[in-house]
Amino acid sequence: MNNLDTTFIATALVVVLFFFLVRYDRQRRPEAIGFFRRNGAVVGGYLILGVGFWLIMTFIMPMVFMVDLSFHHKLPPSKVGGPEDVYTLDNYRMFLFGSRTSTESLNWLHLRSFFATIGISMALTLITFAISYPLAYYMAQSAKAQQLRVLLLLLIIPYWVNDILRAFSFRILMAENGFLNGILQGIGLTGQPIDFLGQNIALYVALCYSHLLIMIFPLYNAIDAQDHNQIEAARDLGAPWWHIHLFIVMPHAKPGIGSGMTLCFMLTAGAVATPLVLGGPNSLWFTPIVYDRFYQLFDWPQGAAYAIVLLLACIAIVFTVLKLAGLKLGEIAK
Amino acid sequence: MNARFVTSRVVIFYLVLFFIFLLGPLAVMGVTAFNTPSYPQVWPIEGLTLNWFTELFQDQEMLEGLRTSVIIGLSVAVLSVAMGLAGALVMTQLFGTSRSYYYFLVVAPVLIPGIVLGISTVVFWRDFTGILGMRSTLYNGTVLTILAQSSFVSSYCMLIILARLQRFDVSQEEAALDLGATYPQVFRDVLLPFLRPALLSSGMLAFLTSFENYNATTFAILADKTLTTVLASRVRMGSDPTISALATVIIVLTIVAALVFEWLKRREQKRAQLLQRERRRLEAAELL
Amino acid sequence: MTTAIELEKVRITFGTFTAVHDTNLDIRDGEFFSFLGPSGCGKTTLLRTISGFTEPSAGVVRIGGKDMAGIGPNKRPTALIFQNLALFPMMTVAENVAYGLRVRGVGKSEREQRAMKLLDQVALTPHAHKKISALSGGQKQRVAIARALAVEPKVLLLDEPLSALDLKLRQHMRRELREIQQRVGITFIYITHDQGEALNMSDRIAVMNAGHIEQVGTGREIYSKPQSAFVASFVGESNELPGKVSRISDGMCTVDTPLGALSGRVGGDFRVGDAATLFVRPEQLRLAAPGGDHAFRARVDDLSFEGSMTHLGLDTGLAQDCAATLMTSNHESLPEIGADLGLSFNPLDAIVLKSGAPAA
Ligand SMILES: Nc1ncnc2c1ncn2[C@@H]1O[C@H](COP(=O)(O)OP(=O)(O)O)[C@@H](O)[C@H]1O
Ligand SMILES: [Mg+2]
Repeated sequence: MNNLDTTFIATALVVVLFFFLVRYDRQRRPEAIGFFRRNGAVVGGYLILGVGFWLIMTFIMPMVFMVDLSFHHKLPPSKVGGPEDVYTLDNYRMFLFGSRTSTESLNWLHLRSFFATIGISMALTLITFAISYPLAYYMAQSAKAQQLRVLLLLLIIPYWVNDILRAFSFRILMAENGFLNGILQGIGLTGQPIDFLGQNIALYVALCYSHLLIMIFPLYNAIDAQDHNQIEAARDLGAPWWHIHLFIVMPHAKPGIGSGMTLCFMLTAGAVATPLVLGGPNSLWFTPIVYDRFYQLFDWPQGAAYAIVLLLACIAIVFTVLKLAGLKLGEIAK
Repeated sequence: MNARFVTSRVVIFYLVLFFIFLLGPLAVMGVTAFNTPSYPQVWPIEGLTLNWFTELFQDQEMLEGLRTSVIIGLSVAVLSVAMGLAGALVMTQLFGTSRSYYYFLVVAPVLIPGIVLGISTVVFWRDFTGILGMRSTLYNGTVLTILAQSSFVSSYCMLIILARLQRFDVSQEEAALDLGATYPQVFRDVLLPFLRPALLSSGMLAFLTSFENYNATTFAILADKTLTTVLASRVRMGSDPTISALATVIIVLTIVAALVFEWLKRREQKRAQLLQRERRRLEAAELL
Repeated sequence: MTTAIELEKVRITFGTFTAVHDTNLDIRDGEFFSFLGPSGCGKTTLLRTISGFTEPSAGVVRIGGKDMAGIGPNKRPTALIFQNLALFPMMTVAENVAYGLRVRGVGKSEREQRAMKLLDQVALTPHAHKKISALSGGQKQRVAIARALAVEPKVLLLDEPLSALDLKLRQHMRRELREIQQRVGITFIYITHDQGEALNMSDRIAVMNAGHIEQVGTGREIYSKPQSAFVASFVGESNELPGKVSRISDGMCTVDTPLGALSGRVGGDFRVGDAATLFVRPEQLRLAAPGGDHAFRARVDDLSFEGSMTHLGLDTGLAQDCAATLMTSNHESLPEIGADLGLSFNPLDAIVLKSGAPAA
């Protein structure tokens, strides 16, 4: 049995389960019209083909295959499917304990990088939220239509500049002999130039910068939907400003906050371009490690395993946060 | 000094800081695009030059990357709008458990890191094209990148289209049916025209998202090169003001596009106002 | 006359809720037929079943004698005018009207010609190439009618088409609808919760309440011979005087009410001792001469003079309010507020019905 067979079988299960559920739902709603009667052959065919190709070919099969691959050894093509091609946990063991020849008890290099990435991403998400929230609130509740238009325009500009260029601009700004050090030295705040790049400060600032807008727009939409009178009423009742934000605006904007934070965290933890451009020599970001499994070591099964570890961690964290906040997936994916 | 005055000062101070943070780095980069030193230098300005732009437009590798990016962007836009539309329509025809299950499947690509999508596409299609016997034609960076990006861009498109679809007035569809239209005719004559704005904006978003994507692309692009991957390798090798020049071009294009969009929106609003006034006049005349 | 639409034991349910109970009904060819009833009584549901958007859970719908089971709305010879009109905003007025012909494969020049002819009939020719959003409410209404007529349906179904218009326009459109119906000669089925509309336009009316058809008849029949308490109180104004039947003879009966024994025609089948209500319309009440015979006494607690008519609000001491409408010219002097009056009526103008749930 080669890797693809497993993939086909697993995918078929996903699809069969879907049709089974559809059938089950239809039995409970007998008045619903049949799919092809509802859409006709041409449109019906298009719908099935469109959704089928999208979900099966570009999403489910690749994902399943990757999972399957992560449980294999790296083998030369001639041996794939041969007797040596057995299922193994080695790639995950590698992540936890290092290679079999290593003397350390745990694979500290990778684990440290992994946990640092997750932890720093969380911290950066919170910082990004703190920076974005006042602006989102201002745009939604205070700004006049004219001001709002200008603000939106200003926000849009950096949005379509891609990650590489954004990171590049921070490199210019924060290089050892760059503009920022020039200013800081010029006004005498520091004698020695600060090593923003080597200390990963530039990396963190740029990651935060890159995801500001990802955070602002969901926040803005959520706060915008709140009736301004509620806030006025609370103010009339003498509620202090922090109380209003904490207990009136934020609970109402919870889906927006959830959506902004989730996206921001995912994109920060999964960032590739920014660490590539700004990561110092002792950068701990996890994605370059995954990249190296692929295109330095050419050990695809191991790369797949590392990618899955990252994916699982992200999913676990996002779902935990959603659970804690009492939100549903449908509320944040809008 | 009253509290209101203080608050408004704090707000202004915050806004200024925020936008310095947001636009400052880009402005600084923009300056280096016009400064003569061959290392991107902001200060001192040693002389103004357009050399870096000239070099940019003669840079074969970048132009090649741009071409690939546009090809990929257009393909992704077409594919994703088509698949996202199908996805949204199927969603409206499901209910109960199958709907939740389906929703989870179509939204998942948005929540999966691009790097994972890129990797899964490459590993799967290497073997899959192998058994199809089409490795030489299909297994190349451009095709793989299109596939990898489409998986999540389609989700974006679907969400945009779904949002508009939820405002669709079912009696429109019923009216067409009642007049004798078949379901495919309803689809063509009523639903598609209604969805047109959402299709256009999701197509635009798809193109732009594809154009600036790096995370999935860097894994899926193999030996080909898009503008972003060319940029990434350049930036990795060292700094060079042509990159600043490119960023400047993109920023200017963004501003122009945003302004044009704004202008179109205003024109649309004005037209709607005119129509409204005309209708009021008619209504008044009718009651005489 | 042949039957246009026939409902046989039609029942419509949504889950466990029954929106329309077993209903039998014949609607004749070429008549203007109205369903009249309060909001939520199942009118739209019944109409959607006739046009094919909802399948009945039981029973048969026949159009032109043909069983419609399994036949989709696009294959039925009906055309529906939606409550919100549902005009296509992305098409011009003429394109809207021609749409039904277009999907039937009628050639471009012919369908344009036919659309223009219809637009001419509803006086919209100058607006043929405008967008729908540029039209006024009344014009939209007429586009919807022209669009539905373009497919030459056997039956035109209208779901409260005038409810969105203001009063003056509504009056005008009533006349126009009636004229159109007489001109094209097809069956119109009209839904409304406005009794004025139903009485004014229809050949026959079905009064509906909570998923049941309570009575079918001409406007006159419904108004003067209501068959149920619901109809009597929903259509037109009625004074309700509840009591117990004390005598029945020759189609007349006497009800013992707290105001005394009152007589009226028998409107249902009941026996002596049953609870019943006597209904008498305000315009049937007359002032009795002072000291003369009267049916009951009441005190005037409200008086509104409206030219040819004068309305009196009466306090009889019962829970229900009473009212009387007088022709001003028949009275030399009008009573004053607070006056104690004797009132009488011709027992033939009053009707005794089984006490039912009061109208919603
Ligand atoms: N699709 C449906 N599902 C469940 N209940 C419905 C549906 N359509 C109508 N109903 C219910 O049936 C009843 C009759 O509705 P309708 O026919 O619209 O009344 P109306 O006489 O005002 O037109 C209402 O109580 C309504 O809530
Ligand atoms: Mg209704």
